[in-house]
Amino acid sequence: MVTLSCADQSTRQINAALAQLPEGARVTIAEPKGRHNLAVGLENKIQVEIDGNAGYFIGGLCDGPQITVNGFVGWSVGENLMSGTVRVKGNASECAGASSHGGTIIIEGDASSRAGISLKGGTVLVAGDVGHMSGFMAQAGIILIGADAGEALGDSLYEAVIYVGGRIRSLGADAQVEELTGDDVAVVRRLAGLAGFAHINPENVTRVGSARRLYHFDSLKDHQY
Amino acid sequence: MCGIVGLQLKNPALYPQLGALLTPMLLAMSERGPDSAGLALYEDGLGEGSSRYSLRAPAPGFDWERLASRIESALDVRAGLRCVADDAIVTVDADPDLILQWLSKEAPEVRVFAVGRAMEIYKDVGAPSEICRRYGITSRAGYQGLGHTRMATESAVTTDHSHPFASAADLCLVHNGTFSNYATIRRLLMDEGLHFDTDNDSEVAARFIARQMANGSDLREALERLLTELDGFFTLLVASRDQFAVVRDAFACKPAVIAECDDYVAMASEYRALAELPGIDEATVFEPMPEDIHVWSR
Repeated sequence: MVTLSCADQSTRQINAALAQLPEGARVTIAEPKGRHNLAVGLENKIQVEIDGNAGYFIGGLCDGPQITVNGFVGWSVGENLMSGTVRVKGNASECAGASSHGGTIIIEGDASSRAGISLKGGTVLVAGDVGHMSGFMAQAGIILIGADAGEALGDSLYEAVIYVGGRIRSLGADAQVEELTGDDVAVVRRLAGLAGFAHINPENVTRVGSARRLYHFDSLKDHQY
Repeated sequence: MCGIVGLQLKNPALYPQLGALLTPMLLAMSERGPDSAGLALYEDGLGEGSSRYSLRAPAPGFDWERLASRIESALDVRAGLRCVADDAIVTVDADPDLILQWLSKEAPEVRVFAVGRAMEIYKDVGAPSEICRRYGITSRAGYQGLGHTRMATESAVTTDHSHPFASAADLCLVHNGTFSNYATIRRLLMDEGLHFDTDNDSEVAARFIARQMANGSDLREALERLLTELDGFFTLLVASRDQFAVVRDAFACKPAVIAECDDYVAMASEYRALAELPGIDEATVFEPMPEDIHVWSR
């Protein structure tokens, strides 16, 4: 087990050291104290444990590693994630999983506003609540929310799908509640199991998808809005 | 981008450490605002009827002793003087309006950053570390403080455009964001006779709040009114002599983190500014929701 500490190393030193580790290595990052940009851009399949509260862009741009944060994180955790997992044991601030292409972002607490914004194929799993405008312009991928969603959920949604275990404060423009199919239940069961979210009943979630009225270029032609 | 920090101490045992706690918070926000920096410090000690004036010299080497004696002889008062780098804190037992009128007429070259029984403001162009060093912030005592690191967007990088903006006795704010309808609001306030020092959008918010409070609103009511009248992106930290308030715009476009425990309530743009506070691991740390108005009273 390798230990790196934010107390005596710069973010660049830590990220450079992480990138050098062989596949399967396990590493702990100590004393993060809200430090930004930890464990970003890694392409090696290593296990990274950030032991405390961290800052912005944790695990961003990664393609392979398994990252766990023993605390809360700031904005944009797992932004543009390509593959691998970022698990946050506490809450996440705004834009969790923004633009992620693949991989899984797991938030064991609540996520703030704009969770899963512009999602491009990644999976965002939140045990608790999400804030306003979550799923905004999400193009592909899945967002699973264990508790309640804030205002304007799924505004201007493209082809991503959102499942909500609790209440939805309001839907955004062009988002609609859709019928839950057997396939949906199977997907939610698998994802809730993966995240360890035992409180989610896969048969009792609300599916939100795009009504597909906003993103066609000819939508003005018939004066639909 | 800008950085905001603030601290209201609940435990008087921490009062001697206000500056020592606030300085690293401000320095942690240096990257968010390298243009200019400023702080407002609140300290007990002056009795009713007394006020302190945070004054900026027109040039280095200004003769503050002479200014203080001119005030004393012209207005028949006692003036206390404390020089802090090239600035001065002048303390006078007299009606603030009289002093301000005298200053604007007899010493217009001296700028007044703050007036109040408790509040002092130090601000300038330059790196936050330099501002803190120059004004000896680390060794300052007090019960409440605000700080700002500025990355200018709407107006010029000058001392006068730096935060905090004081707009009434012991009332000031720091702002991260941009107001979009501030020119309209400023025109309306100028029609009511208000004077503005700069063309800065944050000054409009500061004077808007002061105007509401002069008309009888409390701080919370003034901020409720601000939410309906001012448009744009903002996280605001506002302080009066007895209160400390945080509010964010409807979209929560600008960050804010609050930490509260038995000893203090602290606020910052980012958690890393709070990470070194004593007892932070036991504090309740949360993000204020959009348009929720949080007010703490001493």
